[in-house]
Order: sequence, then structure tokens, then C-alpha cells
Amino acid sequence: MTDTKIKPITMNFGPQHPAAHGVLRLVMEMDGEIITRADPHIGLLHRGTEKLIENKTYVQALPYFDRLDYVSPMNQEHAYALAIEKLLNVNVPLRGQYIRVLFCEIGRILNHILNITTFAIDVGAMTPLLWGFEEREKLMEFYERVSGARLHASYIRPGGVHQDLPDGLLEDIGLWADQFHGFIDDVETLLTENRIFKQRTVGIGKVSRDEALSLGFSGPCLRASGVKWDLRKSQPYEVYDKLDFDIPVGKTGDCYARYLVRMEEMRQSLKLIKQVINEIPNGDYITEDKKIAPPKRSEMKGSMEALIHHFKLYTEGFRPPKGRTYTCVEAPKGEFGVILESDGSNKPYRCKIRAPGFYFLSSLDYMSKGHMLADSVAIIGSLDIVFGEIDR
Amino acid sequence: MKFKNIINDLKKYFLIEIFKGLFLTFKYLFKKKVTINYPYEKGKLSPRFRGEHALRRYPNGEERCIACKLCEAICPAQAIKIEAEPREDGSRRTTRYDIDMTKCIYCGFCAEACPVDAIVEGPNFEFATETREELFYDKEKLLANGDRWEEQIALAQKIDSPYK
Repeated sequence: MTDTKIKPITMNFGPQHPAAHGVLRLVMEMDGEIITRADPHIGLLHRGTEKLIENKTYVQALPYFDRLDYVSPMNQEHAYALAIEKLLNVNVPLRGQYIRVLFCEIGRILNHILNITTFAIDVGAMTPLLWGFEEREKLMEFYERVSGARLHASYIRPGGVHQDLPDGLLEDIGLWADQFHGFIDDVETLLTENRIFKQRTVGIGKVSRDEALSLGFSGPCLRASGVKWDLRKSQPYEVYDKLDFDIPVGKTGDCYARYLVRMEEMRQSLKLIKQVINEIPNGDYITEDKKIAPPKRSEMKGSMEALIHHFKLYTEGFRPPKGRTYTCVEAPKGEFGVILESDGSNKPYRCKIRAPGFYFLSSLDYMSKGHMLADSVAIIGSLDIVFGEIDR
Repeated sequence: MKFKNIINDLKKYFLIEIFKGLFLTFKYLFKKKVTINYPYEKGKLSPRFRGEHALRRYPNGEERCIACKLCEAICPAQAIKIEAEPREDGSRRTTRYDIDMTKCIYCGFCAEACPVDAIVEGPNFEFATETREELFYDKEKLLANGDRWEEQIALAQKIDSPYK
């Protein structure tokens, strides 16, 4: 019998595919059921955020950051606020820093819950998703109580946070934190040892340590490949250097390791939240500098000077000195960075956003080559891709 | 080492982890339900909630807005349009106050900027319409919202005022 060559089939995955986690169009060349090439097409959710920001004052641009990675909005805002603070050279009061850490860690848990549970549903486990959304609902209620919105908070402002924590919120977060490890344990019972889950994830989408570094990985995906790298430890911002937490590091760099790293990160975030609740000091939550942060309303209604500051800030905003900064934070998905250039006016001259998901997606070809079609779903699920930030 | 392998093989053979999972999900059957019967029951909203906009009045019926246009200036989505003229009695008031609710991103900056607490984002989140045009709110609609929700708005403002 002579060898017959079959023509590779080109297959279109998405843009409206439930396992694509958004509007990902993936053009795959298939050799039978083996992927020979995966070509992600992005841009279907492009909104021109970076360009829009150039036409807004610094504070006006803040809500746009919520809408990048809409699964953990406050972490994005945090990076932007830190960038502005670097340009302005202002310090955030200690209480403000603690509040920021508290909500960034809540954001991390929000993100990991969604990622792990949707990953599980991609590979066939339905139940964690239903439980996970219950927990997410509780966390989004905390978001809502502190900022007034469940997702698009615009809470972390240049110089601090917008409002102080309302009465009783810390206690409620404490109560929630006491029961949350039960949820993590339950999800672990369902997934970690489960043979179906392991068959779908162990050894799939393997990335070695060196490859992960050269592909520009960061966050849980990098740590799953065995690199001990976390911006909260390596270049601590806010009060992370005062808090005690560990960085989970994976060994194998496959989908399963990424899942395990995220699970452990949730436990570490929980530990951080508990520490913040115990240690949070009283005092200011936003900088006293009235050229940057608006005065309190009671003050604004009584004092002419405060009213002038209020009007100035809400019409013109502030003018950071000329300069450029790259500021990054450890967002749940990885290193989220903002390059902000100021030309001395009240609007950023240029804003470039480094979204971690972009680098994961660009390595999809490398990761899925040689795997089966169904494995590409597991790989996409484990990479934690959100198109809000990739397409910007 | 060998003994451990045998145990592991037995665990695999008897589907231990599957039964553990099934037992866990079965236990969840008897947990208290967390779902609510939405249109009849609603979740609790905090006083900071940012929902549908409303233009408020003073207790004597006079509208609060003085047409300073701070909300128009700060709005990141440029959803607000204001035109103003002095009224017959000489006071400065708006002749037009439009909010395009399809543009609005509910960031709450307008309410923050307002020096007289006139424009607020109230507790209403159920304002879906059948046509797009109905979401282009004018002054009349916003004032009507204010009259309709004044009680809740005033309460929320009162609770949240120490934090503002």
C-alpha cells in the first residue's frame, strides 16, 4: 500500500465559542485530530483604550482600567494609580495602602475562582462553577459596599482610595474569610485527585522553565513552570513587604500545575486578607494633598479654598511633571504594567498597557502544537485569558 | 514504597476520589439555598450603589442643579450635555440637561463632582427599555426620577455622608 498524504484541515475555533473565554478566533491547522498550527486572531474586542486615555485627564482615564481585565478590576486600577503616584511623587497613607492590598487580594481570589471553575467546566466538571459563583457573589458584594459598583469600581484613586471602608465591612470580610477555606477544600476534593480532570490536564500544554521565561510569561503561569517570581516579593509595592505570605511554585509547567498554583495562591491571598484585617491602622485613606485628591464634601461646602480645589480637580485635574514611568503590579494573571508618559499637561501624553494575557495567547501556538483538538480548550482555560485586556 | 503503590492502585480501582466527590455534592443538597426569587426578592444594596441617575430637588421643590457643568466636565464618556440660561428671577438654572444612558459608564464621577448634590446615581438598577431612544434621558425624566427615588436617595446620602 502506498502512503497517502492528507491535506491538513484548517479549522476555525471561535470567535463565538464558549470555551474561548471571550472573543478569541483561533485558526487551527489540523492533521487529523492533532494540532499542527494554532493562530490566534485578536482584536475583536479592541476599543482603543490606550488612545482614549490620551484624551482624558488622569482621573477620567481611571474607569477605563476597570474594563481591561473585568474579572479583577481593582488590580488594574491599582497599577494605574501607582503609575500616577510615581509621576506625581506622592505617598499614600498607610491605611490607604492596607485597603488597596485588601481589595487587590480580594480581586485575586475573584479572578482565580472564575479561572479555576471555568477551566473545570471546559474539561467537563460543572459543579465547581456553580459553587464558585456563589463565592464570587459574596466578594462582589464587598466591592459594591465599598465602591458602589459590583465590578467597575473606580475605587483606587491616585493618592489613595476613594472613600473609607464603611462600618462593619472589615468584620464581614473577616467572617467570609473564615469560611472561604472550606470552599477551596471542597473544590480540591472535586478536582485535584479526580481522574477525569487529571487525564485532561496532566502533561498538557507543558512549558519548560526556560521557555516560559523566553515567551514572556508572568504570574501563575510562570510560577507553574518552576520560576519563583512574584512582583509582590521581588519589588514590593504598598505594604506587601510587611505581610507574611509564600509564593507557590509548580514543578511541571503543565495545565495541572497551573491549576495547583492558582489554588495555593487563593490560600495565600486569604492569609493576606486576614493579616490586613488584623493589622489595618486608623488614619487617612487618601493623601492630604488637595492638588491631587479632592477635599471632603463637608469641607468643600464650607470653605472657599476647598471649593476652588474641588472645581480645579474636577475640571482640569492635576498636572504631573514631565516624565515617563513603567509601573507594574502582580495582577492575578501576571505582570500588569502601565507605561505612562507625561508631557506636563493634565492628560497623559502616552499610555501603554502591558497585559499579561497577551503573552500567554501569543504562546498558544507553541503550547498546543502536537496536542489534540480537545486539549487546546484545556490549554486556553489554564492560561487565564480575558479579552478585555488583550485587545484593550 | 510498594505498599503505597498497592494502596494507590486499590484507590484507583474502587473509584475512591469519584465517590468522595459524589458524596460531597450530595451533602450540598441539604445546604441552605442561597438563591433568591429575583423579581420578588432582591439583594441588599449598599448606600454607595451607583444605579440610574436622578436630579434632586430641595425640600421646597426648587431644583438643586445650578448648571455649574462640573459633571459635564468630568464625565469620562461625555454622556452629559447641559445648556443653561438665567431664569426670569435671575437665578442660574439649566434649560437642558441630557444624559445619554447608553454612553454612561456608571463611574459615579458626576455625583462626586456635583457641589450641590443635585445629580446622583440612585439605587434603581431596573430601567431597561425596549427602544434605544428611551435611554436618552432629558431633564424632565431625570427630575421625575429624583422625585420618585428621593426617599431612598436621601437615606443613602445620609448614611454615607460621614465617609464623603
